[in-house]
Parts: sequence; C-alpha cells; structure tokens
Amino acid sequence: MFDLEPSEDQKLMVQTARELAKNEMDPAAHDADEAAKLPADFLKKSWELGLACAAIPEKYNGASMERSAVTGAMILEELGAGDLSMAIAMLAPSLVAYPVLDYGTDLQKEIVLRACTGSEFPKLTAALMEPVYDFDPTALRTTAIRSGTNYVLNGVKTLVPNGSTADSFLVYARVGGTGFDNVQAFFVQRTVPGVTVSEKEKNMGINALDTVTLTLENVGVAPDTRVGGAKGIDFERIMSYSRVAQSALALGVARKAYEHSVTYAMERKTWGQPIATRQAIAFMIADMRIELDAARLLVWEAAWHLDKGRKATKESYLAKMVVDEMVLKVTDDSVMVMGGHGFIRENPVERWLRNGRGFATFDGLAMV
Amino acid sequence: MINFQHGDSLNNLAAAVEQIARDHMRPFTRAVDEKEHELNPDSYINTMYEVLKMTGGAMNSPVMGAKEGGEKKRRTGNITSVVFIEKMAWGDCGMYLATPMPLLGGAAVGSAGTPEQKQKFLARFREGKPKWAAMAITEPGMGSDSGAVTTTATLEGDEWVINGEKIFVTAGKRAVEDSEGFVVVWASVDRKAGRAGIKAFLVDHHTPGMKVAKLEHKHGIRCSDTAVLVFENCRIPKENLLGSADVKPTGDSKGFKGAMATFDATRPPVAASAVGVGRAAAEYTSEYLAKQGVAPRYGIGRNKLTAVEKDLMMMEAKVKASWLLTLKAAWMSDIGEPNNLEASICKCKSGRDMVWVCQKAVELLGSEGYSRKHLVEKWMRDSKIGDIYEGTQQIQKLVVARRIFGYSREQLA
Repeated sequence: MFDLEPSEDQKLMVQTARELAKNEMDPAAHDADEAAKLPADFLKKSWELGLACAAIPEKYNGASMERSAVTGAMILEELGAGDLSMAIAMLAPSLVAYPVLDYGTDLQKEIVLRACTGSEFPKLTAALMEPVYDFDPTALRTTAIRSGTNYVLNGVKTLVPNGSTADSFLVYARVGGTGFDNVQAFFVQRTVPGVTVSEKEKNMGINALDTVTLTLENVGVAPDTRVGGAKGIDFERIMSYSRVAQSALALGVARKAYEHSVTYAMERKTWGQPIATRQAIAFMIADMRIELDAARLLVWEAAWHLDKGRKATKESYLAKMVVDEMVLKVTDDSVMVMGGHGFIRENPVERWLRNGRGFATFDGLAMV
Repeated sequence: MINFQHGDSLNNLAAAVEQIARDHMRPFTRAVDEKEHELNPDSYINTMYEVLKMTGGAMNSPVMGAKEGGEKKRRTGNITSVVFIEKMAWGDCGMYLATPMPLLGGAAVGSAGTPEQKQKFLARFREGKPKWAAMAITEPGMGSDSGAVTTTATLEGDEWVINGEKIFVTAGKRAVEDSEGFVVVWASVDRKAGRAGIKAFLVDHHTPGMKVAKLEHKHGIRCSDTAVLVFENCRIPKENLLGSADVKPTGDSKGFKGAMATFDATRPPVAASAVGVGRAAAEYTSEYLAKQGVAPRYGIGRNKLTAVEKDLMMMEAKVKASWLLTLKAAWMSDIGEPNNLEASICKCKSGRDMVWVCQKAVELLGSEGYSRKHLVEKWMRDSKIGDIYEGTQQIQKLVVARRIFGYSREQLA
C-alpha cells in the first residue's frame, strides 16, 4: 500500500546525519569554502559515524545496514543541507565500496570493503566525469583497450573528489562501442606510470572539496583490476544509484536555501511589515516549497525502484533532470529574497547558488 | 515504510475504471466537446451510475482526515478516490465532471453533515436513476474570497428563505433540474457578521424559487454543465442547514471553517483530474512522436538530448511529480494527518504544470497539434480548468505561504 512514512531505522539514521550537518558541517561551511579546504578533522569525525558505506556486511567488519537507496537518499539530503563539499568528500569511499560490494570479485571485496570499514578514512575515490561539454556516461572518451592479458587506459577525468590524497582511483572507461554495457571500472594506483594527478581544481563552487583532473596515458593495468573480473559491472544500475545520490544531495542544498529564505523573510521588514507578508516574496517561497516537495518524491520513487531490484534508468534520470533545475531555481530565488545581502559572501545563499549550479554538470559524484 | 505501490485490490479496481475510461469515455470525447450541452454522454452516465452503485460509491465523496479517537487509523478512501478520478479524467475530464455522483456537494455533506442529513442526501446515490450533487459558492461579484458571499438566508418559522445568484455551479443543472440530486448553497445569515455569518444549505432538486438561469459556454470541459443558479425566495426546511447555526462575532464559526475544510479533502481529487488530462496528453504525444521515429534516450549525457527529447522527458517528469504530490496529500488524509498545506501544493503544481504539459503537446505535434483531428488541442483547453477551479494557482500559493509562515489570512492576503 502507498506509504511515505520512513521506518524507525531510517528516522534514526536521518537524525544522526542531521546532527552532523547541524553541528559540524553548516557552522564550518563558510570558512571552509573561503579557505578552499575541509575543516581539519572533518573526515575523521564524520567517518567515525559510519554514515558512508553503512551497508557493508558484517563479514567485512561492516555495519551491515540494509542496502537501501531510499535510506541513502534520506541521509544524503541531510548531508547536502549541511554542506555539499563536506558531504561529497565524506561519501567518496562509497563511490568505490558499493560498486565493489555489488559486482566485485571475492578478492576485491576482501581488500576494498575491509579498507572501507577500518578506523582510517580510506584513500579511495572514483573517476567518471570528463572535461567536455557533452559528457556522456554511455559514450566515455576514456578507453580501456585489451592488450595481451592487460588493459591499456587512455583518457582524461575531471572533478575526481578527494583526488589529491587518493592512493587508488576507480576509473570508468569504455571497453567497446557506446552504451552502458560497454563501460567497465578499473582500479588504477596513483603511482602507476602514465598517471598524472593535477593540482586541486579551482571550481565555481564546492571549493572546500578537493577535486583533481586525472590524466591517463597508456596506463597498463592487470585484468584483476577490473571490477568483477570478466563478468564486470552493471554500469547502468551504478549510474542510477549515483543519480539518486546526487539528486538527494541537491534536495538538501535546496531545502537549506528554502529554510533560510523562510526565516529571513519573516524577520526582514519593508515599510514596517515582514517581506513574507508581500505576495511577491511569499509566492516565491511557496514555489520553492512546492518544487522541493515534488522533486523529493521523484527522487524517493526512483530510489524505491532500485530497492525493488529494478534498473530505474528512466526514473533516476528524470528525477535528476527535475532536481537539477529545481536546485538552481530555489537557490537563485534564495539570493533574490535577500536582495543585495544575498550577494554578500558573509551570507550563505550565494554559496548555495554556486553549489546548486553545479548539479546539472555533475554525474557520478556520489553513491548510495 | 516507503512504498510507491498500491495494493492489489486498488490496482484491480483501477484497472476496471481504466477500462471504462477507454471504452465509455474516449470514443465520445471529441463529440461531447463539439456538441457542448446538446449531447449528453448518456451511455457513459448510465454505465457509471451502475458501477458506482455496485461499488458502494467508493469514489462518491472524499473522506475527511479527522483522527478517530486520537488513534491514527489507516483508511484508503482518499487514495482510492484520486486514483479513480485520475483515470476518468484521462478518459475525458468533462465527462468525469458529468459523472452522476455527489462531487463537492457530497464532500460537504460527508464532512459537515449530521447522520440524518447524510441519510437524506447521500443514500439516494446508491439507488434509482443517476443523480448529481453540486456546490454553489461563487457569485458574480466574488470568487475565491468566499467570505464575501452576498446571497442571504433568512429564517422564517421552520424554513430558511434563500435569495441570491450563484455562478460556476458544476453539474448545477444536472443536480437540480435533470435528476433527483441536490445543491449545497453558501449564504449569509447575517451580512454584518462577515465570514462568521456564512453557512452552507442543502437545497433539494426542483425546490420552488430556485432556477437554472443559464449554462456557460466554456473554453474546455464543455460537456460538463456549468450553471448559473438564481434563488428567489427559495424556501428550504430549517434542518437543511449544514453545520452549526451559531454566528460568533469574533473569529470563524464552525460552519464556515467546516465548509472551508472541505477543500482540504477536495483539492487532491481536483489535482488528480488535472493529472489525468496531463497524462493523456503526454502519452499521446509520446506515442505520436514514436511513430515519427522520436525515441527519448534516457540515461545519456544531457547535453546530447534534442530539444524535443528534453520536452518529452520534462512532460513525463511533471506528470509524475504532480501525481506523486497528489497521492501524498490523499495519503495524509487517509492516515488522519492534517493536509491543508499538501492539498494546496498538489493542486497548485498539478494545475499549473498540466497546462504546461498540454501546451507542449500541441507544440510538439506541430501543425497537427493545432488541428482538431487530434485530441491534444482539446486537452490543452480542458487542462486550463485544473489551474483555475477549486482555487486558482495563485490562491493555492496564498494557502501554501500562509501555512509556511503560520500567517492568518489577514496577515497575508
């Protein structure tokens, strides 16, 4: 029967994420953005909570939480409301852990999943996006060509989160023609010849997040670096998970901007009355809420399809399409509600607008 | 536990309604639009009435979301109702509105009526010939500002005497002239008391002093009769007052609030009717363009999509988003949660976005979309009413904003 009531477990995890967002992320977000650096102890602190990679089974020393995209979407919305840079950074290991959990060989699971349940924040990340205007996961420019028993990788990846400190990159590459079926994932060690990691990229937003450009020139890797070995991965499904995850982060950014606008509009006065009593402002804020609620249901529904074992390609794609538009509009409106003050960096709305704009260009930056 | 799937019993019923929409509505949809009031969709009306009698009127009136004895008890009436209505509006929105059922009038009796009133006015919908009920609120000089009613009701002995003019009464003629139905009329018992003086009255069919002065010619939903009702010394029994007779000088009386609360239950069904039209247009456009070789490439890099693909995808997404919001609002009623905010959210979004969807459908079919050969131009006209009735998009935003800020209507008007 149709039901939108979260389970007790979900409520508990949402609460944990909300507290992290409120106590550790949001208060530090401005300085982190200005300094273009995560707070010193953030990754360590957040890692201890075990919110990322919570679905790793007990066998690998994991928390063995139920693997649920719906639960993941709920948690990521909270983290997105805390701070987008910090959220993507703390979640980066799950970009590697979950594909390995779902498709990895026993050996890959043993190595990767154990690394993702240790006390140290794992130096693992994934590289999907490419620096082209028409980036397309079904037609990656990065290729992995069979050469003898090995694969040779060539291509350029961008927006690789936590790239400066990562020891190992999960690189998505095309092994044949176009289409999701022709994409596989390979582990590439930072120290392998032909790998070049750029300086930290300078972006419009998510400044505190360390992202790099990864260049691969004739990088030879052994067959056992391919996730799942000869069987490989279901990249289409991985992308659905990822699109749900990113959309959920965007919901958080938009919700934060909406909530800020509500509070501000009720305090700020013009001609003796709060601007919330003016229809021009009130209607803008009503629209924020309407579009936010609508987008959340699309994200949850896509996630629910994944939990039911379906590919959810269309659902996650449409949800992301709507969310990307919504988060831009809502964060832009949150700047407008504050007028000139919204343009001043002391106020968070301009940062949310810079972060919010990114979503339409992001793909594969988060995973549930 | 999050679940986007309906139970088997609802799915089975929904499939039956879909069959009716396909067999008894779609084949007549163009004709009832072109002939407007001349052509009654009789076969549909008679079929539907038998179905509604059989199902005990599952969709006869939405159920209000009051908690029973403080206990949250899951009901299914509201979700069932929106699922049915969405499918019928997919068949034809005008015919859906001409369906013999208690509609808004029934919802008002269902939420504010005494057991005797429910027996007297609702039981008749389970027997005999097809019947309708209507709601008469709007007047030539007032719309969504329901408190500005000028129609009066004066108590003379054991009777209320009603005088005034009501417009935009959906199914007005069918309710009071063509069948043994009734109309709920909003009138003031004390003009000085403002909103507190406004009460709802149950006026039975063929009551002397009430007449249908005119049927409107409309942009869309043409086969639904939109009547002007005139009341001249129309006398009804004293016990036909809906809710309390008290006029409290300060604040709202229960009667007005009760009647206004009806809208929390009826906005999701209206949103559902908008979604049905939007889905019809979106599906038709997809199928039409698929025959011309357009296949939306879900999943690929977004900057590779054509403008037409993007539009098709956005149509699909907007239909789904509106529908999910509608289900959410109905679900809240079913679990006994107040849903004033969610009811207005789903109505605002569905009304507005389904107009966009249908306008896009006309655009995407090119000159063919503008032709009356295809139904998309009709759906575009039909969709516009979803953006208007039961409170325009702008009125919904007022409600949403008041809820967000916790403002009264005086603080945000």
